[in-house]
Parts: sequence; structure tokens; C-alpha cells
Amino acid sequence: MSAPITPALLYLDNVSVSFDGFRALNALSLAVDHAEMRAIIGPNGAGKTTMMDVITGKTRPNEGTALFEGTHDLTALDEAAIAELGIGRKFQTPTVFEMHNVEDNILLALKEDRSPFATLLSRRTARERERIDALLERVRLTGQRYRKAGELSHGQKQWLEIGMLLAQQPKLLLIDEPAAGMTDQETADTADLLRDIARTQAVIVVEHDMTFVRDLDVKVTCLHEGSVLAEGTLDAVSANERVVEVYLGR
Amino acid sequence: MTKRTVLDRQSIVVLCLLAAAAILVPVLNVAVDPGSPFHLSDHLVPLLGKYISFALLALSVDLIWGFCGILSLGHGAFFALGGYAMGMYLMRQIGPRGVYADPILPDFMVFLNWKELPWFWQGFDWFPFAMLMVLLVPGILAFVFGWFAFRSRVTGVYLSIITQAMTFALMLAFFRNDMGFGGNNGLTDFKDILGFPIQSSSTRIVLFVLSVAALAGGYLLCRWVVTSKFGKVLVAVRDAESRTRFLGYRVEHYKLAVFTLSAMLAGVAGALYVPQVGIINPSEFAPANSIEIVIWVAVGGRGTLAGPIIGALLVNAGKTWFTGMLPEFWLFALGGLFVFVTLLMPRGILGAAKDFWEWARQRMRSPAAPEPVSQAAE
Repeated sequence: MSAPITPALLYLDNVSVSFDGFRALNALSLAVDHAEMRAIIGPNGAGKTTMMDVITGKTRPNEGTALFEGTHDLTALDEAAIAELGIGRKFQTPTVFEMHNVEDNILLALKEDRSPFATLLSRRTARERERIDALLERVRLTGQRYRKAGELSHGQKQWLEIGMLLAQQPKLLLIDEPAAGMTDQETADTADLLRDIARTQAVIVVEHDMTFVRDLDVKVTCLHEGSVLAEGTLDAVSANERVVEVYLGR
Repeated sequence: MTKRTVLDRQSIVVLCLLAAAAILVPVLNVAVDPGSPFHLSDHLVPLLGKYISFALLALSVDLIWGFCGILSLGHGAFFALGGYAMGMYLMRQIGPRGVYADPILPDFMVFLNWKELPWFWQGFDWFPFAMLMVLLVPGILAFVFGWFAFRSRVTGVYLSIITQAMTFALMLAFFRNDMGFGGNNGLTDFKDILGFPIQSSSTRIVLFVLSVAALAGGYLLCRWVVTSKFGKVLVAVRDAESRTRFLGYRVEHYKLAVFTLSAMLAGVAGALYVPQVGIINPSEFAPANSIEIVIWVAVGGRGTLAGPIIGALLVNAGKTWFTGMLPEFWLFALGGLFVFVTLLMPRGILGAAKDFWEWARQRMRSPAAPEPVSQAAE
């Protein structure tokens, strides 16, 4: 590959996706910098989830460019390869391995060789254990270490999934509605955690909860009908006539 | 926590029971006087050996269904292919003792007026080669089948249906005489194995003990696989496939690896089955056979490794008894059993036994604790 055409960590240009004639993404363009946190808002069907699907390789765009670190073409890679590049994704409903205990959930996510042979012969090292300890501390699940993930509360599962993302040591985290179904206190704690993560890694947060987005205090992108409607500070975006019309309501 | 727990308490119990069977069955057959009620008659030894080979087959299905969520309804095909590989070796051992006394060609080829041995029969007179084929033929079929199915992300009921189609297609192919595997009669009239007469009771005892050893080895292998990090990834795929994918695991590679390993285990089970039963024919490919394996696993307890062994032994013992007493009702009994287990014992016999054990232990620990039901009654 030649020199990077963009300094941005994630660069989407003119990306379009159609499902049976329905345009889920319509010439979407977006750039996210290294260690930047970006909040994505927008009404249902605006294309937020489809955008994440394109970035993580689940959906191939019909046209457009999707570059990671300026050189990696995301449209040509599959999910596993993109995860290896350093993009982690948290689903809207917390998705953890319910039959495994909390520790094993983190263990499986640790950045290690992921080939079948390597895992068959792998032995847990002291270093891995230290990393698990640190991650569990960070997502406040140390006390739940040997509980099955399926027994955790909704909020704890959300945090466990964030912990799994961190274990991958990604450069970019895509986080879909982290505050959904959480108590006010948990929501505030989650905002703190994400701000902390964003000091070293880029984070894209999709969220409906405007209080939460205000808490994050970052640049906001509003999507509508598959393309960017407005971008800027939350105040600027909230003041935008079109945003008020299609999303926030008068 | 760095130590793998391949040998947990359940595994030790399983291995002890298998060791006991490997000792008791020969002793009861050989050393106990035929007049004694404890004598095990000669025809029971290969029957028990057949059950043991079915238990190994059930184990292979549990490895993929119980731990990776791949419901194969065509595993009988891998079993039958392993059986055919063994059968081909046994056919070549007959030599000039066949009805037509041809030194090279098996009887059915002489009957079909074939002049020479087809290329795919070459080498099967050599035992190590035949044993290699027992592993390789099912393994390669599973690899090729899995390569296409898993890469195209065929899952769930669609995968089950195409595995069923695979075994059905193989059954139709093996029924044809020009396939070169004896058509609908299959391979039979075996004389000896490695020079030992196949009908003699001492050979049958050795075959029984080998089957038990193979089952124990297969069990340990499966335990080793499922307690490794690889095994944890399998369970992760079973419970949340896309989550596993987004963590960076190539799910299709994991499925392919475990599916191939499972097919090879099934092939070994088939190779042990054939000399003890004395025949292999295309009916082993019948879709109903493959469904029956799944029932053994479900009855015993899916995802436990020990459960499917229990399930295979119990259901087959039941089948032998039932088809002797009330042959026309066996299929109804089997269907009823499956419905009963699915509805009332979703975790199978072993799961139900574990639940009961937990419940009893909790009762023992706090005998003074009043039962909520009796409280309500007061």
C-alpha cells in the first residue's frame, strides 16, 4: 500500500449500503481520530447499527471507502481479521458467554493467538492472570470472578462486555447503547469509564440517552436516513433545525 | 488455575467403570463355570462390544453437539465409512476361502464378473493401511463437507438437514453394485482378523477389551479438548457465535477442526463395530440411524461426555430387550423416550441425577430448614 491517504484512525467516505432497495446507508462519510471519543445519535433506522456492521466487516458496502489507520481496507476483510486489526465491538444487548464464568469471558477476549492449534495447546500464564486481575478491577467485577456470566445483573453484563473489549486491546471501540437498561448511578459510572478509556483509545458510542451523551461531553454526529445530518458539539447539534425536526422533536 | 482439570471426579468414575468392565466381562465369560448364574454367555460378549462401540459414537456426537452446538444428523455416515474401511480389510483376509475361492477378489466381485481389484481396494490387505483409512476416510469427508458448510456459515437446522442429506446420498451410492462395496449385501462372511479367527470367543474378548480401551481413550481425548482454551472457544461459539467472531476468532476453523476430529472418532467406533457384528452394509447409512445417535446423547445428557456413554448403553440395552419382547413397539418406545426426555429431563439422565444429588445434599446440610411447601400447608 502507498502512503496513507488520511491521518484519521477510521475513515469512511461515501459509504452506501442497500438491502433489497432500502438504503440503510446513503453516502455516509465520517472520520474519527486516534484517541477521540465520538457520540453517534439519530432516530431508529438512521443507519447507526449498519454503520457498525460495515466497520466490523459484518456487512459489505455497495460502494464507498472504509479505511482503518489509513491503509487497511475494511471492506475487504472479515470480522475476525478486523478484530485482529484492533476494532472491538459491544452489542446493543449485552452479549457475553453466559455459560462461562467471568474470568473465562475475559480470558477468551485477551489479545493472544486465536488459531485453533494455539488455543488447544495454550496454558494460562502468570502474565495473563495479572491482566485478567487488572481488567476485572477496572470493570469492578473482581468479586464476581468465578460466577457464571449468565448470573450477572444486566449492568454487570454490560461492564463485563466492555471489559472483554478492553482485553482485546483495540485501537477503536464501537459501543452500542451502553446505558440502555442501566440505573442512573450505573449510567454515570459508565460515562466515567468510557471517558477514561478514551484517553488512550478511540471510542465510538451510539446512544439514545441524551443525558448520557451530555455527560460524555464529546463531539456528536447525528445520523438520519443513512447519512450525516449534523456534526459538532452537542449544543450546536441540538440547536440544528433539521436535528430538532427529525430526532429531538420540538 | 494454570492446571487443566482433565481428570475430574466424574472422569475418574467413568474410567474406573470402564476398567471394571474390561476386567469383569472376560472373567465372567472365561473363568466362571457355564452353569453358574454369573456366567456371561459367549453371544453376550460381542453384543456388549457393540454397545461400547455405539457409546464411542455417541461420545463423538456429543463433542460437536454438546460443546459446539453442531447438530449432525449424519454422523452414522462417518461411523459406516470407518466400518467399511475395516470391512475391506476383513474381506481381503478371506483370501481363497470364499465361495468362489478367488485368491484376490472378494466373492461379490467374482459374482459381478469383475476381473481385477478396483484401485480403491488396493492396500486394504495391509492392516496398518486399513487402520489409517479408518481415520482418514471419515476425516477427509468431514473436512471437505465442513469446509464448504462452515465457510458458507450454514448453521442450525439447515446444517442438520444437509448432514442428513449427506448420509442419505451415501446410502444410495453404497446400495449400487457398481460402487464396488458389495451393494445392498455389504461386506460379510469375515474369517479372521490379523490371523485370529473372528468367530472365536478369545478373539471376541480381545475385541471387547480393545473397544473399551478405545472408548476410554476417546473419552480422555474429548476431556482434554473440552477443558483446553480451545474447548472454551467451542462453548463460546455454541452460546454466542457472532460475539466469538467479533472477538477475532475464526469460528469456521474451530468448527471444522472439531467436526473432523469427531468424524474420526466415529470412524474408529465403526471399525470396532464391524468385526464384532460380522457385517457392514449400506443400511448403516440410513438417516434413522443417525437420528438414533442423537437420541442416545439427549437421553444421557448433552454436553457431559459421560452422559452420552450412559445413554448409548441404556438405549441399546433397551432396544435389545424390546425388540426381543415387543419388536413392533420399539420405534414407538424410542420416540416416546425422546419426547419424555426432551420435555421432562432436558439435561438428560446425568443432568437429572446431578440435580437430584445437589438437592439431596442441600437437604442433608440443613435438615432443620423448614420446607416452604409444608409451611404453606400448615
